[in-house]
Amino acid sequence: MASSTVDQSQVARNGLREKVLTLNSMNPRVRRVEYAVRGPIVQRALELEQELRQGVKKPFTEVIRANIGDAQAMGQRPITFLRQVLALCVNPDLLNSPNFPDDAKKRAERILQACGGHSLGAYSISSGIQLIREDVAQYIERRDGGIPADPNNVFLSTGASDAIVTVLKLLVAGEGHTRTGVLIPIPQYPLYSATLAELGAVQVDYYLEEERAWALDVAELHRALCQARDHCRPRALCVINPGNPTGQVQTRECIEAVIRFAFQERLFLLADEVYQDNVYAVGSQFHSFKKVLMEMGPPYAVQQELASFHSTSKGYMGECGFRGGYVEVVNMDPAVQQQMLKLMSVRLCPPVPGQALLDLVVSPPAPTDPSYMQFQAEKQAVLAELAAKARLTEQVFSEAPGISCNPVQGAMYSFPRMQLPPRAVQRAQELGLAPDMFFCLCLLEETGICVVPGSGFGQREGTYHFRMTILPPLEKLQLLLEKLTRFHAKFTVEYS
Amino acid sequence: MNPQVKAVEYAVRGPIVLKAGEIELELQRGIKKPFTEVIRANIGDAQAMGQQPITFLRQVMALCTYPNLLDSPSFPEDAKKRARRILQACGGNSLGSYSASQGVNCIREDVAAYITRRDGGVPADPDNIYLTTGASDGISTILKILVSGGGKSRTGVMIPIPQYPLYSAVISELDAIQVNYYLDEENCWALNVNELRRAVQEAKDHCDPKVLCIINPGNPTGQVQSRKCIEDVIHFAWEEKLFLLADEVYQDNVYSPDCRFHSFKKVLYEMGPEYSSNVELASFHSTSKGYMGECGYRGGYMEVINLHPEIKGQLVKLLSVRLCPPVSGQAAMDIVVNPPVPGEESFEQFSREKESVLGNLAKKAKLTEDLFNQVPGIHCNPLQGAMYAFPRIFLPAKAVEAAQAHQMAPDMFYCMKLLEETGICVVPGSGFGQREGTYHFRMTILPPVEKLKTVLQKVKDFHINFLEKYA
Repeated sequence: MASSTVDQSQVARNGLREKVLTLNSMNPRVRRVEYAVRGPIVQRALELEQELRQGVKKPFTEVIRANIGDAQAMGQRPITFLRQVLALCVNPDLLNSPNFPDDAKKRAERILQACGGHSLGAYSISSGIQLIREDVAQYIERRDGGIPADPNNVFLSTGASDAIVTVLKLLVAGEGHTRTGVLIPIPQYPLYSATLAELGAVQVDYYLEEERAWALDVAELHRALCQARDHCRPRALCVINPGNPTGQVQTRECIEAVIRFAFQERLFLLADEVYQDNVYAVGSQFHSFKKVLMEMGPPYAVQQELASFHSTSKGYMGECGFRGGYVEVVNMDPAVQQQMLKLMSVRLCPPVPGQALLDLVVSPPAPTDPSYMQFQAEKQAVLAELAAKARLTEQVFSEAPGISCNPVQGAMYSFPRMQLPPRAVQRAQELGLAPDMFFCLCLLEETGICVVPGSGFGQREGTYHFRMTILPPLEKLQLLLEKLTRFHAKFTVEYS
Repeated sequence: MNPQVKAVEYAVRGPIVLKAGEIELELQRGIKKPFTEVIRANIGDAQAMGQQPITFLRQVMALCTYPNLLDSPSFPEDAKKRARRILQACGGNSLGSYSASQGVNCIREDVAAYITRRDGGVPADPDNIYLTTGASDGISTILKILVSGGGKSRTGVMIPIPQYPLYSAVISELDAIQVNYYLDEENCWALNVNELRRAVQEAKDHCDPKVLCIINPGNPTGQVQSRKCIEDVIHFAWEEKLFLLADEVYQDNVYSPDCRFHSFKKVLYEMGPEYSSNVELASFHSTSKGYMGECGYRGGYMEVINLHPEIKGQLVKLLSVRLCPPVSGQAAMDIVVNPPVPGEESFEQFSREKESVLGNLAKKAKLTEDLFNQVPGIHCNPLQGAMYAFPRIFLPAKAVEAAQAHQMAPDMFYCMKLLEETGICVVPGSGFGQREGTYHFRMTILPPVEKLKTVLQKVKDFHINFLEKYA
């Protein structure tokens, strides 16, 4: 990239002035932000797609975007009922159409009644349509075996990302040694590192245990916390369960241990649970932090601060584009909760179609409803296929020499570890690239397969990974996995 | 907690609105009040006040949402064509996929084409278009990138007083320096460059002024700036090396026959290369206002001009962390910039509906202005555009004292009383900023005509009583 001095002389030559907004004058925190899921490798993928469209010959006919957890982009169909109700909400004239089932119409009417002017086009209150917040609370109660949820503690958001950023924003304070520190898992979903960079908070890494299927070890939390206290004020602990990119589903014992730790060390707990519907491994079960917390009783249940997040983007719905989500806050200081609402009000409200979709996710057709059978069939088909793809991926990678893959217990990704020959590492360094980025770029150029290097998520020094989604249709996924493992073998030979 | 967040205020949904919510609950519980409903005249939400969505827009959206409907005979062909085009540009041909962080490509192209048409052929490059989650998202993102420095070199952001309080809220959150420039109430809220000069000079003492925000048509003030004024502002920005933010979300809401909307982009371009190659500009539009009123969809875009290519890269990077704006909002924006044209099946109905909404708004603007100006102790500048009246209220000294005794801004005290006695919820001028010692409130012109007349009458009666009570 041209330096600012070169720019200035060029600028002067062209009779142009130096700009107000340059790399040097911009917000330095924004400059430090990175988000690998849509980072440099994806930009290269876009360029290659462009070249393909222009007829440039490549060793492949299409670019496979296995970089992002976007199920519908990879061919997964939306759930019929969800789209029927939403269409009825968007265009209420359709309520007179014989082509929509009665239960869909009823839902649409119910939602519209709760909207200003009975329209999705009105702003809602900033925490989200009250009726939908109530439905979310009821969903949480059902999910957690009857443990009560208060609709006033539920805030709808523009995807889970929006709510995560809002909560983190509230937490950041202090300066220098008292600057807020936030514990995040390594490997992590890079929204966390990006947000902490943007907010100028201190990122405190705790390592998941690759040797033990990415388990969370409290001893490691301890280590991270003690080291962090040297240079910041750790105030929050983020957990992603099921994990992204790692796919592990934490045990109940682990969650209890984390809660105890957070309580002892006075840490605000953020539980990113957007993959709660994506659990595949036999023997794995999703335990919500809220449920475990409440079942642990006082003092934890009445004092430990917790924010849990969910989204319409994952699960069996895959409605990423609608940007639907919510956060449930537990034991939050009421004054802070008011501040959070105030902060949300500046952006008015989350997109109302996304709120409507969320409502359907949390209150799906009941067994007596006309749409129930088709809904269940579609849902189970999606989840079964994801489970099959998780197993296939794990199997192929485990059999490939030089690649090892932890069980994909949940979520939507594999995060295999690969061996890279020293000469490849060297070549990468010569090019100024992380070794796994180098690998992924070569993979992309030769096969059209776009995955994200582990360095974008964090990993132990000297280890290399990549994150690949399990989302392409089964046959295509099979081919991809074969291509990828063949490429890795070839790469290994080439750089031996 | 974060002290910057604590400092944030947003009056449009602030304390008075919370109070209105409480009163509504009380009404629901059957508590007797001097009124039967709360009138939410605090927020620019047309559909909440009964305005109907544009049929064509909702047809295309429904087709995109549930593509089975493409086989239905109940939808016109031109709507289907638009829906197919949008869906083909979406991942998996679905609104449910993430789009590129900058927005769906063909929609950005359509926005660029719209801007070019709107500006009489002045070219717009799709690469300079970013779709956003409402205009607020774009404004907030650009301000975020601009804010840097510390102490006396902390970025200063010039904003109009009165302003739409998104600006002050974002400035607070970013810990930037707010630099106020006063619109000229005596002159229909005109923007006077001398006042800009005064503001920037004073600001240089304690910050590094880098940004100049303009809202045109104005919110809350409703003025539509003249072309000359816009040229003067551009020249000033060029002279003082300021990044220009032009909030133009009300560009379709111009009522006064003597006024016209002039986009900053167009004027900049027509001022010649010294300006058009140098002045950095970001212009914002939205699906929430205009004749569409699609607030809930959170659709919007920004067009950036003369941004450094590296900054554009940084912008996309920052946007990518939040993945993408809601795709249904992007689709709504597409229809706004690509509406039915003469010859198309839906054109007549579309035109009728659009003209009806805009005609209605113009009528209500005039009605509001006239009625307020008949009330002793209220003076209302012409409502040339946007969706609000921002009348000045002259409060007797005793009222000001009473307010102070209650530890409230005098206009907040007035508005609270208005709410409690009539159920009408408006936002006190102190929430938008005003010259010291002056008081205002912002009321929307959005309720249906008959209801609006009733509301205005009630405000008039209340005001007269209030003057008597505190004489």
